Amino acid sequence: MPEFLQFLFSGLTVGAIYALVAVGFTLIYSSSDVINFAQGEFVMIGGMGTYVLSAAGVPLPIAALLAIVIAVAVGLLLHRLAIEPARDASAVTLIIITIGASILLRGVAGVAFDKNFHSLPPFLGAEPWLVGGATILPQSVIVLSGAGIIVLLLWLFMRRTLYGKATLATAANRMAARLVGIDTSRVVMLSFAISAAIGAIGGILVTPIVLTSYDVGTLLALKGFAAAMLGGIGNPVGAIAGGLLLGLLEAFGAGYVSSSYKDAIAFLVILAVLFALPQGLFGRNTIERV
Amino acid sequence: MASTALGRVAAAGLSLTIVMAAGDVLADVKIGAVLSVTGPASFLGDPEKKTLDMYAAAINAKGGINGQPIKLVIYDDGGDPNQARTFAIRLIEEDKVDALLAGSTTATTMPIIALAEENQIPLINFAGAVQAVFPAKKWNFKTPHTDLMACEKIFDDLKTRNLAKVALISGADAFGKSMRDQCMTITAKYGIEVLHEETYQPRDSDMTAQLTNIKGKAGVQAVINPGFGQGPAIVTRNYRQLGITAPLYHGHGIGTKQFIELATPAAAEGVRLPAAALLVAEKLPASDSQRKVVVDYKQTYESKTGQPVSTFGGHMYDGLMILVDAMQRAKSADKAKVRDEIEKTRGFIGTGGVVNMTPTDHLGLDLTAFRMLEIRNGDWTLAQ
Repeated sequence: MPEFLQFLFSGLTVGAIYALVAVGFTLIYSSSDVINFAQGEFVMIGGMGTYVLSAAGVPLPIAALLAIVIAVAVGLLLHRLAIEPARDASAVTLIIITIGASILLRGVAGVAFDKNFHSLPPFLGAEPWLVGGATILPQSVIVLSGAGIIVLLLWLFMRRTLYGKATLATAANRMAARLVGIDTSRVVMLSFAISAAIGAIGGILVTPIVLTSYDVGTLLALKGFAAAMLGGIGNPVGAIAGGLLLGLLEAFGAGYVSSSYKDAIAFLVILAVLFALPQGLFGRNTIERV
Repeated sequence: MASTALGRVAAAGLSLTIVMAAGDVLADVKIGAVLSVTGPASFLGDPEKKTLDMYAAAINAKGGINGQPIKLVIYDDGGDPNQARTFAIRLIEEDKVDALLAGSTTATTMPIIALAEENQIPLINFAGAVQAVFPAKKWNFKTPHTDLMACEKIFDDLKTRNLAKVALISGADAFGKSMRDQCMTITAKYGIEVLHEETYQPRDSDMTAQLTNIKGKAGVQAVINPGFGQGPAIVTRNYRQLGITAPLYHGHGIGTKQFIELATPAAAEGVRLPAAALLVAEKLPASDSQRKVVVDYKQTYESKTGQPVSTFGGHMYDGLMILVDAMQRAKSADKAKVRDEIEKTRGFIGTGGVVNMTPTDHLGLDLTAFRMLEIRNGDWTLAQ
């Protein structure tokens, strides 16, 4: 039983990390149909930025805040310089642009920061909590609750604010949204800013566990993307569910089957789910009327 | 009259330039390097390049090799074996270098070894794996310790502590796999029994699931983690999180101060690893033959770069010095003569150990080159 609990905690820890990255994908996707592959780089900027600033003597909370501001600025620049000029291009073209942006950001980060791995001190100490014979790090709980809080805030923003409703309208039908006077370009810009902030917050929360480096974004984006697809892309709750499920699959695969095949096990299950439910677990069916 | 005088001055100036240009061509000893300065293996290539630049400049300031200055041609392969091969060809065919100091990783080194053989040019490489130097090839030499030696050193230490039943948790990257395989070849020789094996992907962020299985395995007396990069740091953290009490051993691929920082000093307490004397330079007894070399290198590197020394830059120091010594003994940069002299290297005291090469051993290090270190209070100490 302690083993089962330990695998569960391991899965939840890793899953919460994937979930946080996956949530970042949903907003940009729902407002513009673009899967932003530079999302992982926002995560990296959050972690690396905080580390570099705090190493330079800035107190940790201020360093974290500044790192989020930097990520938002980068997100806005990405939108202004790369996405906006190509706004009439197809979603696929825009996705390819984000891949290019991701490579550029990684290269710049390698030069601007450094190429070493870094860590941040855990927010509530490094001493693991004992639960039923298994252990869990306080930081894992922080990551889990952080993911939950972000989804809640996102939900409130979407349902309760004018900007959020404009985002939903843009997501539903861009042409119709324009016709009723919504500046869809501004909505997309806003979604880039918020996604960057979510990514950076995620990066700051997970760095005490996963460590960070200039190229940490690639793998996190890949896993986060898989999680978002599994949960149903565009749905924040689905992103969380997909992330946790992916983490649990990996942990139980490694624990009960074989650690050599844990990634293969996870991706097999994802393939099976997407085969049965192409929209993901929480995805809505899109019906095209002709 | 004025015009002829001017003409003479011009002619004299011109001939002077020609002489100087010809002198330059004759005088340079060209050393070519292909290193992984950027990319995932930058923690190897970056200190290697800095060391090479630093010491080549120092040698030139003292008058060069046999009175000829060293001219370096350095290319960055970014950790990509294809790039490494392309750059090595360029060094040989276009830059026409006299010798190669090339290959930061095993993957980038293997194609360069083949090129050095084909073009008959002396090569000293910096790869970790045993196949980068055994069996000995005519033109290929290497300075870093092999993973097989690391295993032998660990098993040796286990035997003196009367521990025989171990579990392995290896990185699923080339380094981790190679070291794991090398360890498995010598278990019988040292009477070590491997009770359980786990692996992790190089970029995994949590290894508690694998370690839980090791913890649940009865009879495990020690755990060995062949791997490099940040993986072993996370293994170490998770190891302490689960409260496993068996001694934890790492390979020689984590020999940087950064490892302790990433693993956190509390979690790394008591962890053992085989490493070069360089990491404990100032802690070596005064009688140690390597002490002077490693302390000098450490202080020079740290004062010039402002970064903590790593064993990887030390391998470049050893390679450059072995090459320079060989060129001095050969009294030229002639490729065949230099190769023969490198092979005759005996009693060379480097940062990696004492090098005694033979025609069948182009590494020339024995187990005394490794020190068993233990991490105590966030610092390396010599294990007792």
